[in-house]
Amino acid sequence: MKKRILQLCATAAGIAVGLTAFTASAATTLETVKARGKLICGVSMSTPGFATADAKGHMQGFDVDVCRAVASAVFGDPEKVDFVLTNINTRFQALQSGEIDMLSRQTTHTFSREVSLGLDFGPTVFYDGQGLMVPKSLGVNSAKELTDAAICTLPGTTTAQNLSDFFRSIGGKFELVVFESPDENRNAFFSGRCEAISSDRSDLASIRAVANNPDDYVVLPETISKEPLAPSVRQNDSNWRDIVSWSVWMLMAAEERGITQANVDEMAKSQDPEIQRMLGVSEELGKMLNLDNKWGYNIVKGVGNYGEVFERNLGTKTALGLTRGPNTRWSEGGLLYAPPFR
Amino acid sequence: MSLFYDARIRAFLYQTIAIGAVVFVAWMMFSTASANLAKQDIATGFGFLARQAGFVITETAIAYEPTDTFGRAILVGIANTVKVSALAVFFGTILGVLVGIGRLSHNPVLSRLMLAYVEALRNVPLLLYLLLWYSLIISVFPPVKQAIEMLPGVFLSNSGLVMPAMRWASGLEALVIALVVGTVAAVVVTRVLTRRRIATGKEMPVATIAAFAILLPLTLTLLSADISVSLDVPELGRFRLTGGYHVRPEFVALLIGLTLSASANVAEIVRAGIQAVSKGQWEAATALGLPRSRTLKLVILPQALRIIVPPLTNTYLTVFKNSSLAIAIGYPDLVMVSNTIMNQTGQAIEAIAIFMAVYLGLSILISLVMNWYNARVALRER
Amino acid sequence: MAQFEGFVADPTLMAPAARPPARDRTWLSAYFGTPGNAAITILCLGTIFGLAKLAIGWLFVDAIFSGTPAECKASSGACWPFLSAKLRYIFFGFYPFDEQWRPLTAMLLFLGACGVSMMPRTWGRALAAVWIVVILPTLYILMAGGIFGLTPVPTTQWGGLPLSFMLSFVGLACALPLGIALALARASSLPAIRVLGVGFIEIVRGVPLISILFMATVMLPLFMPDGITIDKLLRAQVAIILFAAAYIAEIVRGGLQAVPKGQIEAGHSLGLHYWQIMRKIVLPQALKKVIPPLVGLFIGFFQDTTLVTIVGLLDFLDTVRTAMRDPQWQGIAVLEGYVFAAVVYFFFSALMGAYSRFLEQYFRTTHD
Repeated sequence: MKKRILQLCATAAGIAVGLTAFTASAATTLETVKARGKLICGVSMSTPGFATADAKGHMQGFDVDVCRAVASAVFGDPEKVDFVLTNINTRFQALQSGEIDMLSRQTTHTFSREVSLGLDFGPTVFYDGQGLMVPKSLGVNSAKELTDAAICTLPGTTTAQNLSDFFRSIGGKFELVVFESPDENRNAFFSGRCEAISSDRSDLASIRAVANNPDDYVVLPETISKEPLAPSVRQNDSNWRDIVSWSVWMLMAAEERGITQANVDEMAKSQDPEIQRMLGVSEELGKMLNLDNKWGYNIVKGVGNYGEVFERNLGTKTALGLTRGPNTRWSEGGLLYAPPFR
Repeated sequence: MSLFYDARIRAFLYQTIAIGAVVFVAWMMFSTASANLAKQDIATGFGFLARQAGFVITETAIAYEPTDTFGRAILVGIANTVKVSALAVFFGTILGVLVGIGRLSHNPVLSRLMLAYVEALRNVPLLLYLLLWYSLIISVFPPVKQAIEMLPGVFLSNSGLVMPAMRWASGLEALVIALVVGTVAAVVVTRVLTRRRIATGKEMPVATIAAFAILLPLTLTLLSADISVSLDVPELGRFRLTGGYHVRPEFVALLIGLTLSASANVAEIVRAGIQAVSKGQWEAATALGLPRSRTLKLVILPQALRIIVPPLTNTYLTVFKNSSLAIAIGYPDLVMVSNTIMNQTGQAIEAIAIFMAVYLGLSILISLVMNWYNARVALRER
Repeated sequence: MAQFEGFVADPTLMAPAARPPARDRTWLSAYFGTPGNAAITILCLGTIFGLAKLAIGWLFVDAIFSGTPAECKASSGACWPFLSAKLRYIFFGFYPFDEQWRPLTAMLLFLGACGVSMMPRTWGRALAAVWIVVILPTLYILMAGGIFGLTPVPTTQWGGLPLSFMLSFVGLACALPLGIALALARASSLPAIRVLGVGFIEIVRGVPLISILFMATVMLPLFMPDGITIDKLLRAQVAIILFAAAYIAEIVRGGLQAVPKGQIEAGHSLGLHYWQIMRKIVLPQALKKVIPPLVGLFIGFFQDTTLVTIVGLLDFLDTVRTAMRDPQWQGIAVLEGYVFAAVVYFFFSALMGAYSRFLEQYFRTTHD
């Protein structure tokens, strides 16, 4: 009996070692990623438009494409990325512990998160704000009318706190219904457990998109908070942070310069010195990031530019039907402003 | 070499190694954790307990406002956990005893039905049942706008049950004191009378006297104290029912789930306990001419209780621990509140340490109370 | 969690079943003997009839067997197209679609091997060797891939029923030796070791499983030295093992106490030392006594693995839940998924329950 148990244990230990990833502590994130041959990226679970799996388990969405852009920059292949589904409780720990290389998960860039959680945030990929959504049949036109209503939301985010502040400022009360999983949260709202659901406006669009009849729901005009959503990486690895940040800026700059997935080969022949630098035709920006010099070309070839990523996943032609709003080029009055590539 | 074969030295050696290993691992974990926290700039310590919580808790067993501290929020979580577990234990025990007795019925239909009940509950995970009950509640009942008015002022909808509440302007304290005094008096009177009956054999109307002992102080208070109470009847506001007392669906789903799962376990324990009482006891009681129901009540159950109490303790502890599944359906119990705090402050270690310590402490408390009760019902050898 | 405590603490395991004396009666009088009895019978039949009518109506009569989500929405009965559309996701989660024959094969192999191993006749060294040398490595290779031309599949993509099986089975297999060690520590004559054993067992039994899972998924990474990461699945698995070990230790302790003192004294008088006595005399007797309650405990673990959905692992309950919230079926398949999951859990739990009763009977009648 004992021997059998010992043998069992030995096998278990073998499997355990197989599952445990030991990485040399000195390695930088980039070295680890390259050695592994794959990027590991934390995304949210089932948020249409941002991160969902199709019927065959292939991930798609806005946040997913940010990961794919980084994978393209590192490996020249947008498919060389594994996705880890993180929930609200485990997202930061997953990054801190090294389980994932970067977090791209509708996460708001805030002071306390950057300062006290051991994270560094990249550039804002989506300028968002918290809003409220109600069924049209409720006949409500403003969030201020929602006094005494029940509002569904997710726990552990700043959402509940913002709501509480908002209602305190208008001198009203509300009933908060909190759910651990986004699926339950949605379901409760659609079943009429709550009059309203509150989250980032982009997330509300995503929730609305999965309703049986999206036209039955309306997002109220008030934006009760600023929510700049940004990818994040572990602190104290500036090379890796640079790679993530500049991959995002590459998406934005490509749109500014009119480089698209379709015309990138054409554009590589351009005489514009900045485009040449971006696509790795001249100078050595990629080498300076410890990447292949064609990293910018690979990003655009792999996922397209910011506008393409946006329209593909969130834009007016998708179920979410979001307009660009503040998420458009600075030259058109938006907030997207990539620093120059030189 | 011979030293190694000295039993005392070997015992000392083993124990030193064991303690050393544990201390070493603990120290390792502590030092790496503090190094990691320092390197990642994560705050430590329990200072956050005194900071303002800022989030709303809808279901509160004790008074709470978002402007209260994190510490207060944790207390609310504890109170909510205790509330739902205590109610589940209470209802689950009553239901379980009935089902357990039903399992032993001579009526085959009843005993089979009860068997099916127990098996259905014990072979499916509780978490699944919780999600199922919750889904049922919010999909079967109408939205609050079309709430069913069951009685005047009592509304049922998928936002739960709303009923009139009593708002005490004054006099509540006096009534509570009177009730406590009356109950204590009734218990004392019952005991004294029972002892006298055993000593002298004289029958006394114990129940009447006890009822009188409870009612007398209450009546006196009602007549003398200044009592003013108003009835807060819920009204349909623009969105939902305002005022009155709300029983929310999250609470109901959790209570139903815990109660049913407890009742299935209690039923099995009660059945086994009754079956373990020797057959001779039944025969002796039958020979004395006692009917079946009185045999059960006077002969079998008191003896079965001795076998039942220890496993019953385990079931109660299980209910208490299972109440932590509340997080899946949005009832703000201790785990859920700690979880929110963990996310707001980023102090995972402290938040988890607090709720584990609370569970451990309360588990030990429940064990102690049940052990005390067990010692009371245990067989006293003469 | 720990719903299984009821199984463990079931006094029937120790007490002989004694039915109250039954009088001779005809079958009719058993149902309608007295007015009270007749009332109970009618009430019960009424309940059964009502439930059956409700269930049959929902499951079959009003149900939609093939069609689109829109047709389902219009009907009041069950929506079975939901199950057929999402079945593969429910069983295998995000495991790569084209590779799903691998978890399927693994699951069938596992169930087949379990079926064979459930027969006491096959127990022995050979069986253990087959499990360790052939079955477990095959299962692992099938799931993880990486050799023999199988595409590697990281554990983050494992999900569904195979994951539930793995968490509970590996959990019990690894917790068993740990549990035995803890039980021995608790029964030890060395005070320091006893205190450590009691401390571990009581702390783990005093807190909910969910808190241990939280600790493993959220807190443990902070205790790890730089550069070492442990797979999330493995962390949850370790949590389940530690949790299970404490409960196993309590069951094994019961078995140890049931071994008469004379056995140990006899061992001492033969000049055997502690480990020899334990290995050759006490444990074989004690473990045999606790096999049936251990199977009961296993039912509990199998059900408790559902809790990993709260820390974000895609076990069977989680795949069912997310399938039901799929945009296409949102608000349409409200109960179907849960009912299906309940049937699956019921099937395996009831099977093991029956097996536990069989073993009890088997050990009562065989004296080998």
